[in-house]
Amino acid sequence: MRKLHHVAAACAISAIMLSGNVLAQVAATPTAAATPKKEETGKDIAFNRTKGNCLACHGMPTVPDAESTGTYGPPLIAMSARFPDKAKLRAQIWDATASNPASSMIPFGKHRVLTEQEIDKVTDFVYGL
Amino acid sequence: MKQRMIMKLLAGMTGLGIALGAATVHATPEGDRQELAKFYTSKYPNIKLEDYVYGALAFDADSKAQYEAIMEFPPFESEIEKGRKMWETPFKNGKTYASCLPNGGNQIAGNYPMFDEAQGKVVTLQDVINACRTANGEEAYKINDMKTMGVLTSYMRTLSNGMIMNIKVESPKAVAAYEAGKKTFYSRSGQLNFACSSCHVQNAGNRLRSELLSPAIGHAVHWPVFRGGDNLVTLQQRYDGCFKQVRAVPPPQGGTVMNNLEYFHSSLSNGLPMKASVFRK
Ligand code: HEC
Ligand code: HEC
Repeated sequence: MRKLHHVAAACAISAIMLSGNVLAQVAATPTAAATPKKEETGKDIAFNRTKGNCLACHGMPTVPDAESTGTYGPPLIAMSARFPDKAKLRAQIWDATASNPASSMIPFGKHRVLTEQEIDKVTDFVYGL
Repeated sequence: MKQRMIMKLLAGMTGLGIALGAATVHATPEGDRQELAKFYTSKYPNIKLEDYVYGALAFDADSKAQYEAIMEFPPFESEIEKGRKMWETPFKNGKTYASCLPNGGNQIAGNYPMFDEAQGKVVTLQDVINACRTANGEEAYKINDMKTMGVLTSYMRTLSNGMIMNIKVESPKAVAAYEAGKKTFYSRSGQLNFACSSCHVQNAGNRLRSELLSPAIGHAVHWPVFRGGDNLVTLQQRYDGCFKQVRAVPPPQGGTVMNNLEYFHSSLSNGLPMKASVFRK
């Protein structure tokens, strides 16, 4: 069972690595942005590899479909207890290096990886974890 | 308030000291290497430094076993064979690579990149191969052409298997090139704001998605690699990929920035044995 899981994981990894990279790709597909789709939720943005890609670094133990998550950052759990002030949570996502200069978390707002609205949505989603 | 800020900054910086080499302005290259080795081995006391030549595989027994199985019958053997033919085929003037490279091209890869005092710059093994070509009336290969330079080195570097990496940084100019490479390694770049060290020092052994991150020590000894078994990637091509991954514009391969980076980065593997060419995911 564990073996199988490993094989599957290995395949998934090769698929990622061969197709390019673990992190979000430069492919900021303009066409996808142009076609009006169902509005993206905070969760969609957090999960999307070309947007938040939070799972590359963070586990989300309370979200069942948060799979093959990284260990680069701490698991995101009990966030409203740890960040009673939602603005602080948003600030962490906007620019983690402001409070910790050594942080290797991507400064999503400062470097415009996500838009302000996207950050609002992600903050709401993460606050609920 | 202000004091708290300063305290925080200081705390951040001491944390950084070891991890990012920030506090080591006056360190020698050998001192840098030892400090980094200490950082990794105290974080992962169960992994031997010699095993860092396996990169991320050193952290995962299953992937390492898979690697060893693949290396018994490497799927890229025919590519290396092509490289051997290229190596042995004489130039139009009848000379060969072996006739113009130091020591016939044997057991030399671990000396490169080397700081060439006469030229006042870092030269890579690829540069030396190209110098040999042009001295014999052949055109230089493109540094980033995997089909020519890549394939040739996939064989040529096997002639140095077992040699101990031995990068020398001696003259003041050499030190300056080394420091420039070190700066590139530790500086953040790209929209995603990473330094090489963010992933390969601070987070070596951690997972980015399902991908285990390798330590920088041991990185430089086993090139080129065949990713997925058949996709040949040279060391600077790998740098290129890592730069792109953080949405940075990669510096040109074979240029000063890349060569200085390779100089610094290779010296971190001093003391480890060379082995070409290997499988990577
Ligand atoms: C490349 C790695 C990386 C990515 C991608 C990443 N983070 Fe982080 N994150 C970290 C690290 C490392 C920390 C640890 C604290 C620090 O360095 O700031 C962290 C800390 C946090 C914290 C603070 C946790 C705590 O308990 O203090 C929050 C909240 C957070 N991240 C949210 C997010 C969200 C939301 C996303 C996606 C939009 C995201 N992160 C993407 C690396 C990452
Ligand atoms: C955001 C993370 C990240 C950054 C930043 C990064 N890399 Fe990587 N690097 C990876 C991943 C993931 C791999 C593949 C897994 C591994 O071998 O570590 C990799 C692999 C490598 C390898 C191949 C190791 C091997 O044995 O196959 C080298 C060499 C390397 N990186 C050098 C660099 C250099 C030099 C820089 C800076 C210019 C850099 N990396 C920046 C994530 C990163």
